[in-house]
This record gives sequence, C-alpha cells and structure tokens, in this order.
Amino acid sequence: MNWSAVRAIYVFEMARFFRTIAQSLISPVLSTSLYFVVFGAAIGSRIQEVEGVSYGAFIVPGLVMLTVMTQGISNASFGIYFPKFIGTIYELLSAPVNFLEIVMGYVGAAATKAMFIGVVILITSFFFVDITIQHPLAMVAFLVLTCVSFALFGFIIGIWAGSFEQLQLVPLLIVTPLVFLGGSFYSISMLPPVWQTISMFNPVVYLISGFRWSFFGLADVPILTSLLAIAGFTGLCLGAIWWIFKSGWRIRQ
Amino acid sequence: MAPILSIKNVRKAYDDGFEALKGVSLDIEEGEILALLGPNGAGKTTLISTVCGITMPTAGTVTVAGHDIVRQYRAARSLIGLVPQEIALEPFEKVINTVRFSRGLFGKGRKDSAVEDILRRLSLWDKRNNQIRELSGGMKRRVLIAKALAHDPRVLFLDEPTAGVDVELRKDMWDIVGQLRADGVTTILTTHYIEEAEAIADRIAVINDGEILLVEDKDKLMTRMGQKQLIVQLTDPLSKVPAALADYALVLGKDGQSLVYTYDTKSERTGITRLLQDVAKAGLHLRDVETQQSSLEDIFVSLVHKGEDAA
Repeated sequence: MNWSAVRAIYVFEMARFFRTIAQSLISPVLSTSLYFVVFGAAIGSRIQEVEGVSYGAFIVPGLVMLTVMTQGISNASFGIYFPKFIGTIYELLSAPVNFLEIVMGYVGAAATKAMFIGVVILITSFFFVDITIQHPLAMVAFLVLTCVSFALFGFIIGIWAGSFEQLQLVPLLIVTPLVFLGGSFYSISMLPPVWQTISMFNPVVYLISGFRWSFFGLADVPILTSLLAIAGFTGLCLGAIWWIFKSGWRIRQ
Repeated sequence: MAPILSIKNVRKAYDDGFEALKGVSLDIEEGEILALLGPNGAGKTTLISTVCGITMPTAGTVTVAGHDIVRQYRAARSLIGLVPQEIALEPFEKVINTVRFSRGLFGKGRKDSAVEDILRRLSLWDKRNNQIRELSGGMKRRVLIAKALAHDPRVLFLDEPTAGVDVELRKDMWDIVGQLRADGVTTILTTHYIEEAEAIADRIAVINDGEILLVEDKDKLMTRMGQKQLIVQLTDPLSKVPAALADYALVLGKDGQSLVYTYDTKSERTGITRLLQDVAKAGLHLRDVETQQSSLEDIFVSLVHKGEDAA
C-alpha cells in the first residue's frame, strides 16, 4: 500500500475544504435552521408527536442524513471531477497508486467533510429541540457508513460526469427525491399502504430508519435490514469503482 | 549497460480505429537527453502518455529500469517524472503544498528539505506561499517541473516544456535540464523548436505518423546528413552556368550574381579547391565566398517529407 499517496490526497482535499470553511458550514447550518423553523416550529406545532417523539426532534435524524448524503455526494463528485476538468488528473494516472488508494484518499476526505458538517447540524439541532441519543455507537456507525457510501457514490458520479451540469444532474434528479421521499420528515407508517410498499424500494428509507432508531429506538424497518442495505450499497459502489479503474472507463484511454 | 527505458513494438489504437503508435521501439540510456521531434499529431504525446501510464498500450512492452509499466507499475512509475504539455495545476493551492502533494502521491514521505531544495533550484522558493493562480505562465511551468521532480525521478519526460515561454525562460529551462543530467537524470523531451533539440539533446529521435523514422546521436546526425553549401558571389552576373563548370552541378543564384555549390561535409574530398581553380580558369571574378551549414531543422523537414513521399 502506498500510504503516503493516500495521505497526500486526503490532506490535499481537506485543504480545499478548509480554504472555504465558511461557505462549507454556513450554508448547511442556515438551511437546517430554516427546516427547523418551517417544519419543526410552524408545521410541527400542528403535528405534535410521531410515535411518542415530538415532531421537531423526530426530523433531526432525517435532516442530518439529508445533509450528509448530499454533502458526501457533492464533495466526492467535485473532488474527482475537478482534476478531470482542469487536467491535473494526469498526475494521479501516472502515479504509483492503485484504485483503492485513490478512493481512500478522495472518498475518505469527502466522507470526513460530510461527517463534519453532519455533526455541526446535529449540534445546531440541540439549540432547537431536546433530543437524546439512545444508541450513540450505532448512531456513529450509521453516520460513518452513510458518509462513506454516499461519498463512494459521489465519486462514481464525478468520474462519469462530462460537465458541471451532469455533475448536478444525478444529485438533483435522483438523490434529492429519494432522500425527501425516504422518510426524512415523516414515518413510513404514516403513508397509505401502497406508498409504504413503494417506499421499500427506496434505499434511503433503510438508512434514515436505522439512523432514527439509534436516536429514539424507533424504526420503519428492522435494524439488521438497515445495516445490510447500507453494507450492500457500499459494496456495490466499491465494485463499480473497482471496475472503473480496471477498465479505465472515462478516465484512462 | 541495460537501457533505463526500453520501448518495444508499442502500438496504440483508439476506439475509433485511429492508430496513434504503429509499433514504436526505442531504447534510452541512463543519463542521456533524448529529443523526440515530430510534427503535430505524430504520436509524441501518446508515446509519453503510454510510458507514464496515462494511456494503456494496445500491444508491446515498456520497461523502466527493468520494471514492466503494466505488471510492475508501482516500481516503474515511481522512477518517472512527467511535465505535461498543458499547464494543469490546482489554481487555489499554494506552490509548496502542490509540490508536497506530488511527492506524497509518488510514495515519498514528507521531507521539507527536499521540497525546499527543488523550489530553490527552480527559483520558486520566494513564491512558495503564493497561490498558483497568482503566478505567471512561466512560473507555472516551473511549478510543473518542481512537481515532476518532487519524488527524485530517474527518468524525466518534458512534453514541450518551452512552448510559449519567452527566450530567457527557455534558456533557464535548458540550464535546468543540464543540471539534471549532471545529477544523472535521464531526460526525454518533445519539442517543436529544433534549436532546442540542437542545443541540449545528446540523441535525436524523429517520429512521424506513429512511427520512429530515425534515432541517432545528434552530432553524428548533423555530420551524416549535414550538407554544406559554398556560395560564390560573382562581380559580373551570368545568364547560365559556364559549360566548363558543368561537372559541379552548380545552381545559379539570384540575378546570376552567385554560384551555389552543394557538398558533403563527410566526404574526404569536398572538391572546393578544384572548383575555385576551375572558376578562375573560366575567367570569372569573385566578389565574396561564403558557406552555409544545413540545420537540424532542414534535416527534420527532409526526413519527414521523405517518409511522406515513401507513403
């Protein structure tokens, strides 16, 4: 293993994050605060409780997940797309590194950034609602796995994308709807039976459900199913990236 | 001694069927400077990209210090430094950080003294904390070289390093390449500037249409293919070459004011003495005499054209 390459990529990518730390943090914190005001205070005051948890607190895990998923994707996709765009990818392709080392560097940094912002959102939420975390270890595990798996997914998007428009396309058209319909703001059990069935095909449901369980002990699907879903998604992304580097698809002629 | 870089029958065909390299073979000795000359689209950059791992060869093998570039890519690539043709740098990163990044990427641990040494050699030390976007084009090229040298490579590829740089910086680049040779670094450079190859290369390889047309020691090439011209300026113009001088294949110069004699510098007898005697015998009066040596550029153009004619 070329650990110094992993470290070099990681440090280089984190430096980009710290150069724009203000933008990186202000935007998600502001939008989350708005969610709390709109959903928590305005609408939540009419909903009262969901399965014994106040609505304001109920949406916290979903909001954190919403942020880390979108941040993981955007950080990782931009991280690998930008070198392609400005041409510095030549250095990566000519370096004595394998796909795993490149992925560890880029995805590790993207996941770290996403987690950092996720934790800040969580801290922000403490100012708005009272929440206790029943299973802190599980919470951390779900958070880390989600950050990593969505950063892996973002990495694939970054390699696939041929323009900045395409870079935005998948998150906008696929990920955002899946996340919003994945139970960020409601319990799946609140839906009519048909929609409950349809929701089971949405992979995000399993992640949010598992993450919410670590907070309140409430879940739409069994916790083991959630873990399997996220592990499967991670494995799928890793396999795809392995194939990309083996075949050189979109990166090496 | 085994060559440090050995390229054998390398072919590269793209998906659209275009064959950029048609069985290129080339051995490069340790410590030499090889200039790879060729017109646009000849395959220079494709050849470099293939050796460096940016494109995959369709057929053939390449070894760097005995390490196969595909099977032993780690060992092979860690010995190579590449300065690309286009300026490709992360605009918002600091100079020193981008060089540290390259060093780490190529498997070397952080060593500030080594990075400082490289930056000083390339006159970048004062700019180390500047963002890349604040640098001039010439400085950016230096940064690219610094990055390529960050991991102490034994083979350095310079893909048109002086394209679009001013004369002073070009001379600086030549000095840098000279210093690297003193350190034992093997350098392969592609260039459009023939005088660049003439000034710094030990050997010249000419590539055209994906094939190596020639690889030869620069001085030998100049001697072997270098033709000289003797231009005899006359006081009185001529309308045609006198019959007495027909054996010399002379060409009448502009306005009949000169006679041009082409001779081979490598031949034992150039025929100059006899020609001048015969010119005098023919009753012609000389105003001046000058000689002209053909440059590498002429050689290059004639080689490429010969290849095209043969095709």
